[in-house]
Amino acid sequence: MIYARGLVKRFGDFTAVDGIDLEVAPGEAFGFLGPNGAGKSSTMRMIGCVSTPTAGELRILGMDPVREGPAIRARLGVCPQTDNLDPDLTVFENLTTYARYFGIPRAEGRRRATELLEFVQLTEKSGSTVDPLSGGMKRRLSIARAMINEPDLVLLDEPTTGLDPQARHLLWERLFRLKQRGVTLVLTTHYMDEAEQLCDRLVVMDAGKIVAEGSPRHLIETYSTREVVELRFGDDAPATYVEKLAGIGERLDPLPDRLLLYSADGDAAVNEVHRRGFTPSSVLVRRSTLEDVFLILTGRTLVD
Amino acid sequence: MVTTYAVARVARGNRLSPARVGAVINRNVGALRSGPAYWLVLASGFFEPVLYLLSIGVGVGALVGDLTLTDGEVLPYANFVAPAMLAVSAMSGALAETTFNFFFKFKYVKTYDAMLATPLRPMEIAAGELTWAMIRGSLYTGAFLIVMVALGLTTPGWALLAFPATWLVGLAFGAVGMAVSTFIRGWQDFDLISTGQFALFLFSGTFSPVQDYPLPVEILIAATPLYHAVELIRGITTGMLTWSMLGNVAYLLVMLAVGLYVASRRLTSVLCR
Amino acid sequence: MDGTLAVFNRALVSYRRLWQASVFSSFILPVLFVLSIGIGVGGYISDVGGVSYLDWIVPGVLASTAFQMAVGESTFPVLGDFKWVRGFHAMRATPVRIADMISGYQLYIVFRVLIASVVFLGVSALFGAIHSPWVVLTPFVCALLGVAVSAPTSAFAATIENDSYFALLFRFLVIPSTLFAGVFFPVSQLPELLRPLAYASPLWHAVELCRAATLGVAPPWPVAAHVAYLLAWAGLGYLLALRAFRRRLSD
Repeated sequence: MIYARGLVKRFGDFTAVDGIDLEVAPGEAFGFLGPNGAGKSSTMRMIGCVSTPTAGELRILGMDPVREGPAIRARLGVCPQTDNLDPDLTVFENLTTYARYFGIPRAEGRRRATELLEFVQLTEKSGSTVDPLSGGMKRRLSIARAMINEPDLVLLDEPTTGLDPQARHLLWERLFRLKQRGVTLVLTTHYMDEAEQLCDRLVVMDAGKIVAEGSPRHLIETYSTREVVELRFGDDAPATYVEKLAGIGERLDPLPDRLLLYSADGDAAVNEVHRRGFTPSSVLVRRSTLEDVFLILTGRTLVD
Repeated sequence: MVTTYAVARVARGNRLSPARVGAVINRNVGALRSGPAYWLVLASGFFEPVLYLLSIGVGVGALVGDLTLTDGEVLPYANFVAPAMLAVSAMSGALAETTFNFFFKFKYVKTYDAMLATPLRPMEIAAGELTWAMIRGSLYTGAFLIVMVALGLTTPGWALLAFPATWLVGLAFGAVGMAVSTFIRGWQDFDLISTGQFALFLFSGTFSPVQDYPLPVEILIAATPLYHAVELIRGITTGMLTWSMLGNVAYLLVMLAVGLYVASRRLTSVLCR
Repeated sequence: MDGTLAVFNRALVSYRRLWQASVFSSFILPVLFVLSIGIGVGGYISDVGGVSYLDWIVPGVLASTAFQMAVGESTFPVLGDFKWVRGFHAMRATPVRIADMISGYQLYIVFRVLIASVVFLGVSALFGAIHSPWVVLTPFVCALLGVAVSAPTSAFAATIENDSYFALLFRFLVIPSTLFAGVFFPVSQLPELLRPLAYASPLWHAVELCRAATLGVAPPWPVAAHVAYLLAWAGLGYLLALRAFRRRLSD
């Protein structure tokens, strides 16, 4: 579906995307994970054929996005980061006018709009204008709109940013149903739980480069340990314990309020801490998550 | 200045702080200066009435020649139209600032939410906005009067007398505008306001004497505010003073008082919802 | 072509929802103008070049209504679709081409101008201000004028970030054109030095064509010259819009 080699996007002196390679297969749910400014959205815009690559090779659905943009876009569904629904039109009209952009005949557009509103559970809002809808409803409408042309490939740029937990879970459930239908999904996110929930495979981007690639499980196994121990030591600065606990587990990561101890066997590591005569005020042994991978790979410094 | 004083009198017992009113004005100056092409935008507000004067007053005036009024006075057409343009300029400047800009800042930019989180009180905001409208409006009407003198449409003496009359017009419309803006529900109401404003602009004896209209229409027009503003300013700039102008002044003063009264009553409830 | 019609369709669907808001500016305002200036002031004017002032001003107000509508509809709505509504960005994610966005919107301008001119002509006929069957051509002149000014205005709207520039556009170009391009008084009354400015305005050419058609006389320049001038504005404006939209939508 997507094939990229050495893909680069520069804006003046700034390099947003710095030579990435990727391939997405049909039916896959593929994620771009990364902090703000990592180059996720720029990559998505190139895949959506609205931004021209500065260098490198890019094929979407086997076509060249520069020369065959309209033909590719006819088979894409795009759900942008900021909703661009039409505030003057009703929910239903938003779908039918959008259908016309794809040359879908009126009657067929109405049929699909009805069906899609059902799918995203907005049927009773059909006659309402867009403004009074909640953030989650607008997002669902954007997704329904992206499905109007029965696309082969759906691009979702931060689909759940800014939504409350209920709205996120509803949206994930709908996206999961799309995946079951065999639609290829490509999404960007900076939420680990979202990536874990939805993606078969993902890449972690940082400063325009791909720093890791694989399934969520594979990434955790490769870049983190099976378990993580979180230790708190009352009022003492966790950093002072780094030396004292050296050698326990594979890695120690002091945070301002706690010390993270990466180890394949968390309980054994805790025993070792006690054996050395330290009594943390609290101990938490948990499984490693993508968040750990993410922080290990992209660091803790704020990007913006 | 004048506004602050007038507003203060209405809001008796609830004294306004000139410093806080000044802070509101200061924000407006800052906002204007930070917009693009600051001087151009400021200057363009002055050009509009001058262009109307040159087009209708001078251009169409050449086709009309002299106007013989009902009382037998003969007046070049440009001298007839110019004071009306001046009154319209004073009116629309005050209305734009107190209705459209007020609503926009209130509803969308949330300027007032930020201001009300400080010691500023609603009436101080209103007084600041109105004073600002007057300062800006005076620049325009003052410049317009200079143009009129330069074109020989009035004498310097009458122009000096007309200047404070334009303040009265601005204040009266500004106060009413502010009262009206507390009733505005949404943008659709601005269509109503601009419709009304435009109808006043076209039919308040601005381009032709109201005596030409059928009597019922004439009476109807005599009840509307811009007519009184035009009559007052035209009387001054043409030097044809009449006793009826006292009636025009009284009408405008009543507008000012009623406008401020309604605005002061409603502003707090609207702003501090 | 499908894309163009889809863009036109979208503008129409919006208009169906908002048309009441435009009733004043498109239909009532021009009639009020004719009443106040044409009849009110006209009462003091014996004739302009042999015709009554009302007859003379009606075609002018007709063209200037089309002019203001076309410019107005290409300012905030176009900037808004880039900046706030992001409607053009939504279209960009579909097979709709940039050329379709511009042509589709121009089609909508033509539609709006045609309706407004036909309604205005109907009212003018009641005032007895129509004197020639050539009047049937005036809606098309107005439509051409609409595109001639809407296309470059769209290009301008696609270029700017801040809407205060529209105030400048109106005050320094649109209002002066309306006031001095032969709508209210003949351009020949202007000082000789200023006349070329009026001739440069597309509005003047449309006013003269409309006036020739409603009065049944020949326009000051050959018809082909007036039309060619308007076509040049439309064509050039279209190219400028294409360039501006392309820049705004790529990156």
